[in-house]
Amino acid sequence: MSLTMATEAPHFELPGVDGRDHSLDDYADIPVLAIVWSCNHCPYVQGWEGRMKAIQRDYGDRGFRLVAISSNDATSHPADSFDEMKARAEAQGFNFDYLYDEDQSVARRYGPERTPEVFLFDADRRLVYHGAIDDNRDEDAVGQHYLRDAIEALLEAREPPVRETPPVGCTVKWKQ
Amino acid sequence: MTVDFLYWAGCPSHPEARELLEEVLRGRGVDVPIHVREVRTQEEAQELGFPGSPTIRVDGRDVDPAGENEPPSLSCRIYNLPNGRVSPVPTREQIEEALR
Repeated sequence: MSLTMATEAPHFELPGVDGRDHSLDDYADIPVLAIVWSCNHCPYVQGWEGRMKAIQRDYGDRGFRLVAISSNDATSHPADSFDEMKARAEAQGFNFDYLYDEDQSVARRYGPERTPEVFLFDADRRLVYHGAIDDNRDEDAVGQHYLRDAIEALLEAREPPVRETPPVGCTVKWKQ
Repeated sequence: MTVDFLYWAGCPSHPEARELLEEVLRGRGVDVPIHVREVRTQEEAQELGFPGSPTIRVDGRDVDPAGENEPPSLSCRIYNLPNGRVSPVPTREQIEEALR
């Protein structure tokens, strides 16, 4: 069961591909925080990675941070192991934190079903947008920029125009 | 000619891929049944050599030979596009090439 709108972001402390541990508190001074469930192996994620980097680049100096978390079971999907996450972040030049939720405890608290799946929080860390990054896996066919529109709204002290959309992507790979 | 369409329901790309396959077959005037098989377990994936969903084979040949030897897995399959991007479905050109 995913977080419901206006719910406070559950705490986490997870290792990142940068070799440091990252907790929710580390982002306390960031007004707009997107936590995106992600992974390595999924073609939907790979198709959206460039847009994730672009969003971080475009809003990073305006009080926004994107944090990606992978909770996938690396036993069934070895491409999603922590070592592979480090390699992909390096190869793709990720400009956002990429964290590993190995025991899936953080995923159980947030309740993502897909990768990629966005949880966007305001300065009080209340959930204000949940769902897809935009409305098309094909970058050239995007019509609605849900995440960008929600970030813009928050940065201008407005309500996001759309609060919830169905995430599209691979399922989170839960441990059996 | 035999056309096999293998998919795993956990990946949302199969309806789009099947529609594309049907469209290409219609467009080329190929009137053959599509043998649809849902892959439900890892054991079935192993048995069928299923490298991810969807997988399309024409006369037993994968429409994307580059990806056919990926480890059998219940996951979305990655198709590499000519423009360097990736897609969860094959391209129209890949399907058409397999039908030639």
